[in-house]
Amino acid sequence: MVTLDTSTPAPATNRRHGPHTSRGYRIFRVVNAVVLTGVVLVTLYPFVNIVARSLSDNASIVSGEVNLIPRGFNVAAYKAVMADPMFWTNYRNTLVYTAVATAVSLVLTTCYAYVLSKKHLKGRTALVGIAVFTMFFSGGLIPNYILVTSLGLKNTVWAIALPNAISVFNLLVMKAFFESLPVELEEAAAVDGLNTYGILLRIVLPLSKAVVATMFLFYAVSFWNSWFAAFLYMDRMDLFPVTVYLRNLIAGATDATSTGGGLGSASDVVQSAATIQSVTIVLTVLPILAVYPFIQRYFVSGVMLGAVKG
Amino acid sequence: MTTSDTVSPVAGPESPPGAASGTRRRRAGRRTWRQALRRDWQLYSLAILPLLFFLIFRYLPMLGNVIAFRRFQPGGSVFGERWVGLRYLRMFLSDPTFWDVFTNTLVLGALTLLFCFPLPIVLALLLNELRSRRLKRFVQSVSYLPHFLSIVIVAAMVMQLVSVDGAVNQFVRALGGEAVPFLQQAGWFRTIYVSSEVWQTVGWGTILYLAALTAVDEDLYEAARIDGANRWRQTWHVTLPGIRPTMVTLLILNIGTFMAVGFEKILLLYNPLTYPTADVISTYLFRVGIVSSNFSYAAAIGLFESVIGLTLVLSANAISRRTVGTSLW
Repeated sequence: MVTLDTSTPAPATNRRHGPHTSRGYRIFRVVNAVVLTGVVLVTLYPFVNIVARSLSDNASIVSGEVNLIPRGFNVAAYKAVMADPMFWTNYRNTLVYTAVATAVSLVLTTCYAYVLSKKHLKGRTALVGIAVFTMFFSGGLIPNYILVTSLGLKNTVWAIALPNAISVFNLLVMKAFFESLPVELEEAAAVDGLNTYGILLRIVLPLSKAVVATMFLFYAVSFWNSWFAAFLYMDRMDLFPVTVYLRNLIAGATDATSTGGGLGSASDVVQSAATIQSVTIVLTVLPILAVYPFIQRYFVSGVMLGAVKG
Repeated sequence: MTTSDTVSPVAGPESPPGAASGTRRRRAGRRTWRQALRRDWQLYSLAILPLLFFLIFRYLPMLGNVIAFRRFQPGGSVFGERWVGLRYLRMFLSDPTFWDVFTNTLVLGALTLLFCFPLPIVLALLLNELRSRRLKRFVQSVSYLPHFLSIVIVAAMVMQLVSVDGAVNQFVRALGGEAVPFLQQAGWFRTIYVSSEVWQTVGWGTILYLAALTAVDEDLYEAARIDGANRWRQTWHVTLPGIRPTMVTLLILNIGTFMAVGFEKILLLYNPLTYPTADVISTYLFRVGIVSSNFSYAAAIGLFESVIGLTLVLSANAISRRTVGTSLW
């Protein structure tokens, strides 16, 4: 049985390479430490920069003084963004869309993965093929757009939830997990008179909490982060998720700078947009950063489980 | 798919106890559909909704591509009004913009592949050499982080960093240069795009390699060391061949996404000033189709793109199966 705790692929047994006292290797280790520290700094730098900008005043940003430390510290921009009712409406939309879409995805993925995990099932290969083929060939943007529009899904949560309900990668991860469960348990349950639905609900799912949690996170994070479906299918501002709110903010700023020309002519509107943008970025990224330390492990194990059978 | 509804729910218990799964699978081949449905109708019923999903939202759009050969009227039939043959195909083959965006797609795809494919391998090898387990964990956790961000957030951060008053221009000015409006200059787009891709994907890309590295046989290192191989030669002759299947698999998958290069990110980062380098097939067909409502023309371009993508995966897979014996299926 595969446990999901494969999260640390780090046996740290570099001793296996034998004693390494050579001069060249010692130099390498120093260089390696420097390079990896560089990787960490480069990864974190944009976050610190954004936070610093979000806490600075406009004048300091315009004159290009703000880098890692806020200049002219103030939280006015935070107040401004948080006072915008549309920001909160859109944030709530993100929550609702994520919840609905994740629920739909989890149910459909679990059902199909369970069916696909039954090796004796007639037609199983075809059922797997139907799913896997869509990984490599898709209808494309335009037919999808026409379909969703003519189904009347525009401006509803279903335009976001249904077209992306099953991720084939997630499906294969879950299938691999179900296949690893001992058959005997299910057979015993069948002898005790449980039907397939009962076995799935009362035997299989309780044993699969780890993989279900992983799938939940995979879907939830991807729907939380998604913007394009909403951008495409939502016509009204009060239906946007917060990602589209941010998108419109930065798109507006781009237009303004591109029409306003280069350096000197940057108007006040554009400049305040810079602070507002930074604040909106911080407020949008915050929930992800807050849960990141707790969910990262599940993601890593999920990806590795998928790789086994992917 | 709907057949399981017609079977009466009398056939209750499935899986006769005691039947070993191996022999059962062999027998399943000979079992007729009627028997299979009677025995497993509950399982099949669980597949109905997912199959409907695939049918409607995956396969129907594939069929919807017929509008590439038919005249489509908004509000009319999903599959178009009447046949126009290869008109739209000819249209984009003679469209100079199409060849511009085609070139841009190839260039951006190649650059992305050039950087985003090998760098995770390098980073994984470097991480693998770290002795401190805690430090390794820390570097991993930090480098995975960008993977969890929305593309909108990444794009917004990029815009802040390269804006006229942003961090990059502060650096340029510190070196005595003039501030550059990077996002307004076509010459900088590829650099910005690829850098942001590297920032976002390289850390996460190490996961599978790190897993593969732990699976390399210890005895091989031992043997190599006895043969007098130093660390570098051990890496070259033992480690890299050990993770080759992973490398090949990921290369094939990367090639498969070659044509679809970062559509969403480009859509967020580009503007008319950077179209000469930034506009790719997918963004062009977005503007033609969704913005200008030339659905048939855009569908023809999209179909062309999908077919090339599928061809790329299939050929990469075939080549790799012949040459190194690794393939996706």
